[in-house]
Amino acid sequence: MTLMEPVGAPQYQKFLPADHAVQYLDTAGELTESEARYPRPSDDRLVEMYRNMFLGRRFDQQATALTKQGRLAVYPSARGQDACQIAGAMCLRPTDWMFPTYRDSMALMARGIDQVELLGMLAGEWHCGYDPARYRSAPQCTPLATQLLHAAGVAYGENRKGRDTIALAFCGDGATSEGDFHEALNFAGVFKAPVIFLVQNNGFAISVPIAKQSAAPSLAHKGVGYGIGSEQVDGNDPVAMLAVMDEAARFVRAGNGPVIVEAQTYRIDAHTNADDPTRYRDAGEVEKWLGRDPLARLEKYLREKGLFDDDAAAALAAEAEASASALREGMNAERPADPTDLFRYVFAEPTPQLREQQAQVEAELAAESEEH
Amino acid sequence: MPTITMAQALNTALRDALTADENVVVFGEDVGALGGVFRVTDGLTSDFGEDRCFDTPLAESGIVGFAVGMAMAGFRPVVEMQFDAFAYPAFEQIVSHVAKIRNRTKGALSVPIVIRVPFAGGIGGVEHHCDSSEAYYAQTPGLKVVAPSTVSDAYTLLREAIDDPDPVIFLEPKRLYFSRADVELGAGPPIGKAAVRRQGRDATIVAYGPSASVALETAEAAAAEGRDLEVIDLRSIVPFDDETVMASVRKTGRCIVVQEAQGFAGVGAEVAARVQERCFHYLHAPVLRVSGFDIPYPPPKLERFHLPSVDRVLDSVERLQWNDTADTRWAVPV
Repeated sequence: MTLMEPVGAPQYQKFLPADHAVQYLDTAGELTESEARYPRPSDDRLVEMYRNMFLGRRFDQQATALTKQGRLAVYPSARGQDACQIAGAMCLRPTDWMFPTYRDSMALMARGIDQVELLGMLAGEWHCGYDPARYRSAPQCTPLATQLLHAAGVAYGENRKGRDTIALAFCGDGATSEGDFHEALNFAGVFKAPVIFLVQNNGFAISVPIAKQSAAPSLAHKGVGYGIGSEQVDGNDPVAMLAVMDEAARFVRAGNGPVIVEAQTYRIDAHTNADDPTRYRDAGEVEKWLGRDPLARLEKYLREKGLFDDDAAAALAAEAEASASALREGMNAERPADPTDLFRYVFAEPTPQLREQQAQVEAELAAESEEH
Repeated sequence: MPTITMAQALNTALRDALTADENVVVFGEDVGALGGVFRVTDGLTSDFGEDRCFDTPLAESGIVGFAVGMAMAGFRPVVEMQFDAFAYPAFEQIVSHVAKIRNRTKGALSVPIVIRVPFAGGIGGVEHHCDSSEAYYAQTPGLKVVAPSTVSDAYTLLREAIDDPDPVIFLEPKRLYFSRADVELGAGPPIGKAAVRRQGRDATIVAYGPSASVALETAEAAAAEGRDLEVIDLRSIVPFDDETVMASVRKTGRCIVVQEAQGFAGVGAEVAARVQERCFHYLHAPVLRVSGFDIPYPPPKLERFHLPSVDRVLDSVERLQWNDTADTRWAVPV
């Protein structure tokens, strides 16, 4: 028989998933009577949250339209996950690191990244259209869960450098099945890296439902096995999302080690425009989730508290339209690509072989321009 | 001059790098108190502290992915994969992130990581301990791939790899870890430069890593039979030193590539193709390859049949269509 010392639970007791998701607003936008485990965000922050969500929603809608017009190769919509994305972006300081997936465009937008740059990857211009160092936002990650290890490493590294910097990594429910998810939680736990893993459980990994993805009571419970803080939250409740993310950021920044937050939400649109969700989910389910719309919930709450009114709504709508219009204009503008860029960023200095290949392309270009 | 082993030269390189740059960190499985299974990291934790050389959980993808993040924070991680085939769980991190991050971000981010991989066989290891995995890495743009064959190069190339702004797959030939040499460790040719290990005029043998010494032994044996062979040690597979290899083949007119890895679609095939594209009119014979067979690495009792031996390389030397021995002319089987 092995005798084991009891695990020192109190250090992460604060973040230990309850048997239900944290919720502050019910689906109708009314305050719930649930125990307030985390401080409610200030009114100002909630107004800012609503503004970011509204602009994010309009951006998402515009990007979806641009895909239909052939301006983007593909666009994975985040509609329905607005509160998760914006709370993720808002809990960070500009010096913190964010690790987004391909679906986290709204979070990147809220990070202040130029929208045309942001869509550079999906427009087929380059793999990352923005400067990740400038915005402290890693390139949008397509492989599932690989970025979680980078987040753990950078959080640990920044901490080792004595900087007050944390990292936030997004992933989806499907990613929790990948090996790197588990290695990242384990590494972050062992090295006490100040990192938040935000799992947006949107119900489906393309077509595979969560029931076929995991037998765990919740995805947040996976933190328990790694000895790290964990929590589940109603991902369509903006107040709860911001409350939990703000507290998670404070918690990891204080040196308590990592936290995993599971946001229970729903992807309203298809996985991408190439997907046909009618093959794997019924319309009733989508209807039910449309009734839990995070924007409507927060708007109702703000209006009832006198923090938002028709004038503010009109001003915000005008701002969103101007932003969408600027995005359309930016995406319609000619943005020439330089073929010699193909060889410029493989190594710090191109190898002799790459120089030869670049010369070949340059000769082809010269021949083309002579023909015309 | 001190007599030291390749493992000690690598250890010295790590020590000197840790001393020279406080951003250098060494980590992996068993690299701490144990000093690595081949003792390459021996004493680093006790001498430099656990912040500079530390053990990690047993997870190769985790080790490499964590290194990516640490590099983003300004560190220069040197990680150990323990054995060649144990690196495969980290393959996705290596090819999808380590190799591509500079390219994906148009140079805004780079991850100067060294991934040390004890590679190849000849040590009587059981399965998963003797793979020659260089072609996988060499096929991945964005990775530099180097393999020392001498004690001196082990030091120089590792120092260079750690200072390199790009990620380097550093392949350490296991069977040479305890080879010895009397050398002063110091400057040597840079990554990307091959070494002419032996001057000769009749034919060129191109090799790297564990096969370089086989090539040299072959050249000595062939000299006794009147063939004067030149031996090129690539040192660096990526970048590839076309200049040195082609100059040699243009001089000798004959070329053999020796590698321990399976031959199909390997580094030797690349060398042969490059030589034929660039030196066709200088060649008196087809470029030949001597390699391991196209089989999974065999069990210890059979490995001697698989590994390119001096005799096998000598046989191929005789197939180089020498004008003085018409009966040894060799035709490519259909």
